[in-house]
Formats: sequence, C-alpha cells, structure tokens
Amino acid sequence: MVRRYLAALVAIALACLVPAVAAALGKPDLITLGTQIAIYAIAAAGLDLLIGYTGLSSFGHAAFFGLGGYTVGIMAFHAAGEKMFGVIPGLTEAWLVWPLAIAVSALAALAIGALSLRTTGVSFIMITLAFAEMFFFLFVSLKTYGGDDGLGFRRRNGIPGISPRDDVAFYYVCLTALVLVLALLHRVVHSRFGRVLQGMRQNPRRMEAIGLATYRYKLTAFTIAGGVAGLAGALHANLLRFVSPDMLHWTMSGDFMIMVVLGGAGTLIGPVIGAAAMVLLQSWLAQWTEHWMIVMGPILVFVVLFARRGILGLFR
Amino acid sequence: MTLLAEQVLNGLQFGVMLFLLAAGLTLVFGIMGLINLAHASLYMIGAFAAAWVQGRTGSFVLALLAGLAAAAATGVAIEVAVLRRLYARDHMDQVLATFGMILFFNEAMAMLFGRQPLMAAVPGWLGGSVEFIPGVPYPVYRLAIIVVGMAVAALLYGLIGHTRVGMLIRAGATHREMVRALGVDIGLLSTGIFGLGAALAGLAGAMTGPLLSVQVGMGDRILITTFVVIVVGGIGSVRGALAGALLVGMVDTLTRAFLPGLLKSVMVATEADAIGAGLSSMAVFILMAVVLLVRPRGLFPAHG
Repeated sequence: MVRRYLAALVAIALACLVPAVAAALGKPDLITLGTQIAIYAIAAAGLDLLIGYTGLSSFGHAAFFGLGGYTVGIMAFHAAGEKMFGVIPGLTEAWLVWPLAIAVSALAALAIGALSLRTTGVSFIMITLAFAEMFFFLFVSLKTYGGDDGLGFRRRNGIPGISPRDDVAFYYVCLTALVLVLALLHRVVHSRFGRVLQGMRQNPRRMEAIGLATYRYKLTAFTIAGGVAGLAGALHANLLRFVSPDMLHWTMSGDFMIMVVLGGAGTLIGPVIGAAAMVLLQSWLAQWTEHWMIVMGPILVFVVLFARRGILGLFR
Repeated sequence: MTLLAEQVLNGLQFGVMLFLLAAGLTLVFGIMGLINLAHASLYMIGAFAAAWVQGRTGSFVLALLAGLAAAAATGVAIEVAVLRRLYARDHMDQVLATFGMILFFNEAMAMLFGRQPLMAAVPGWLGGSVEFIPGVPYPVYRLAIIVVGMAVAALLYGLIGHTRVGMLIRAGATHREMVRALGVDIGLLSTGIFGLGAALAGLAGAMTGPLLSVQVGMGDRILITTFVVIVVGGIGSVRGALAGALLVGMVDTLTRAFLPGLLKSVMVATEADAIGAGLSSMAVFILMAVVLLVRPRGLFPAHG
C-alpha cells in the first residue's frame, strides 16, 4: 500500500517536471500535449468507473464531455454579448463556470442514465451511443452558438492569481484537477458504494438477491462519471478557447473507451496511461503520415485480440 | 395532400434502406452475439465499389453486383481474419475492435478515392417519375428501391422461416452449442450469415450512390440510426428490424418535412426553422426513448 502511494507521488512529481523539460528541450508544444493528456485522463478515469468497476460499457461519454465544454463556451458567449433569453447573464469566472459545467453534465447523465440503464449489454451500448448522437445533432442545429462551425471565445475562465494567458499555469491547473479527480475516484471505489459497483460487475443477480437496489447504484455511478466528464470538457474548452460539435462526435466516445481499455480497465492509473499512450501515439503517427488512422485502427484490433488487459497488463 | 403522400413514400424508401442495414446487423447479433460497428464500413465499401464500377462501365447492374460482391468479400474476410475470434468475447472488446476497423477502412477509402465525394448517376432506365398515385409524380428510382427492399424482406422471411438453412439459423440463435454438438459446421454457418449481412449492407450502399454523395464516413451516421432501429425493433429479431426500420424511416422523414412548417404557425419563422431542424434531427432518438420507457426490450423481442 505504502509503495503505491510512493509510486503515485513519484508520478505526480514527474508530471510536474513536464514544463521544465519542455523549456529545456525548447519544445513548448509538449506542454499542450501534457495538458491534453491530463484532460483526457480525467474523462477516461470517470468512464473507467463505469467500464472497469461497474461493468457498464457506455458508448456515449462524449456527450457529457461536450456538454461541459459547451457550458463554458455558451457562458463566455453571453458574457461577451447579450444575456441568455434576455435574463441569464454570462459567466467567466472558473469557480462559477466549472461547477456549473459539472452540474449540467451530471444532470444530463442522470437523465440519459435513467433511461439507458433500463437495458443491459448490447442495447446499453447502442442506446448510450444514440443519446450522445442526439446531443451532437442538437449542437449542430443551434446556429446561435455557431452550429457546425463551433464557438470560439477570447479568454480562458478567470482564476484569481493566475494569468489566463499562461499555458504553463493552465497545465498545472489541469494536473491538479486530474489528481483531485483520481483522489475522489480512489475514495469512491474503496468505499462501500464502490464495492457494490464491483459486485454488480461480477454478479449482478447476486447483488440483487442480497437486496440491493442495483439500478440506483448504477445510476449514481453514471451520474458521477458524467459530472467528471463535464469537468474534463470544461477544461478542454479552456485549453482551446473553442468548442464545437466535434467534442460530442461519436468517435470521441470511442476514443475515451480506447483510452480506458488501452491503459487497463478497472484500475485508476490505467486510464491515465491509456490517455497518455493515445495522445502521444496520435501525435507521433500524425507527424509521420497524414493517414495515421490506417495504422491506429489495426493497432486497436491487435490490442483487443492479444493484449486483453491493456498496457498495465503487460507489466503484471 | 400531395406533399404528404410524397413524403410518406420517401419515409418508406428510407425505412427500406435502414432495413437492409439492420437485417444483417441484427442477424449477426442474434446468432453470433457480435456487435459489429464495421457494418458501416461494409455499407461504405459497397457504395464506393458501385460508384467506381458505374463510373468505369456506365452499367448500373454491374455496379450493383460490384457493390454486393465487394461488401460480401470484405465481410467474409474480416469475419475469418478477426471477428470470429471475438464471438465469445465481451461486447466492449467487439466494439473496440470493430471501431478500429472503421478507422482503418475510412482511411483506406480516403487513400484510394480521396476525400472528394463521388457522384453516381441514376441509370437511364430508372430515370424520370411515374404517377402511380394520381396527382403524385414520384421518382422511379426511389420506387425501385422500395420494391427491392420489400423483396429482400420477403426473401429473408422465406429463407429464415421455411428452409433448412433458416432452421439452422433459428436454432443457432437459441442454442449455438447444441447445434454444433449435432454436427453442424457452425463456423461455416456463421461465415455464411456474416457474408449475407455484408451483402445486404453492400446492396444498400450501392443503391444509395445515386441518391446521396458517396464519401468517406458515409456509413457512420446511418449506422447509429440503424442502432436506433434495432433497439426500437428488438435486438436479434428480423421482424423487429423491419418494423423498427419503417417506423424510424417514417418518423425521421416526416418530422424533417413537416415540423418546421408546423412550428412556423406558432412562432417566428427564423426561430421555427432553427428549432424545427434541431428537433427533427432528434426525433428518432426521442422515439427510441419513448419505446424504451414503454417496452425496454423493443417492440418485437427476439426470444421470450
């Protein structure tokens, strides 16, 4: 146990060194890559609560990611222009906008989960995918907020004492958010609630037989994962200062799933490794050939067929 | 009235298209327990092969055959190479592996044909329109699609319900292991069913060519609508796939055609257009939500 905490501390310390390394190598885009990894890792870690711990293969996680992002974008839009519906003012302060983004995504997850969790297995996969696609079309058709083209805004959300233009500071903000989310999820999976989730993955029928209302547990987990994805979406919107329906595209949901499985589902560090592997692999393949997906696809098939427990599984 | 009749026919035509895709997907799921996202790629490959052959030879019949053959061959190839190893696996693994295949095939098509959409022409002998409902001229080509789709539905019904192969298909869906124990080569049967489903997807793709542009990723969006069809109809049931496809096709087409107009009678025109467009693209998903609330296992559940 102590060794695990030590390993976690070492990992955090190494992550803190990224900006220094980037500066030493003269490659500032490493900081953006690091920020990207931290953000995706947050969303993937939340999704792992569903896939790895509860055994729910949600294929619509991009919806909550995108809703979180659009909350930031829309609030910035109204802060710069007129009020929403003429009454609701826009917001630009991080301590107001980010909790709002989390709340919006969690609420959407509650609604989608309430419907989708009436089914299991393959229907659940298809239905979560379909509901996410519904939100995708919603934002495509909202011409006020840019529709297809997306919505840009000028400044990152304000955090007292931090310059919104400072990319290094924003990297540390995202890293802090990741550590906090992982700590929260650590508490969750080791609580009684978390044990029930894992019990439901292993034997749902038995959990019901002991008298647990499994539906409520699943719905709670789904809502937590949605809120976490909302936070990731809000951070992503801040990183790019831009949101578009691409954030809700179904391939984004697929990417999150890949990160979880690639790293190792059912562990907290797995999704982080998966997110890092995915982002680094993509950027490496992309500078090599514009058709990087033709390599990425077979890699994925290969991982599923032969490396069933992900990258972490290779070290065990 | 004229417009309504025309849109109902359009809905029927879209529904038939969805059925061709849903039938293969639902058969494969019902019998092999496989969820195959790469079905979207088979549809796309069928469309590309057909558009390419039509561009080269000018013959629509050859194009259809090429689309069918290309999709079926690709389907059989990926079944033998990869997918049969996934039948016993988690649905998650199946989703990921077939998602990887979509990435591969999309990129492969982009490298072969470029990102510019290909256009295919409606063949001359299916051009023009007829007035088989008085006062409602309707394109012959779309009518032909409806006829082909209905014929496929009837053929599938006959095949599954009244032949020896169909008996094995039904038996395989309920007791795969038992069928194997009785000495049936279930591997061969699986490959055959997969090829059939792929061919139907290819047929749908080939017929779509003259209606929509043929481009990379064209299968992805319709795949998700097909999932809605399957969930609404009941997973694993071909009858459910037909009912779901017609229902979804109709709801989608009619809301797109009439919702903005209806909204205009109660609000400002520009807002009505925006909200109408948004709502009508969400309509089939709302339909799915309602069906789920009332009948979580779909309208025609496959077993029990």
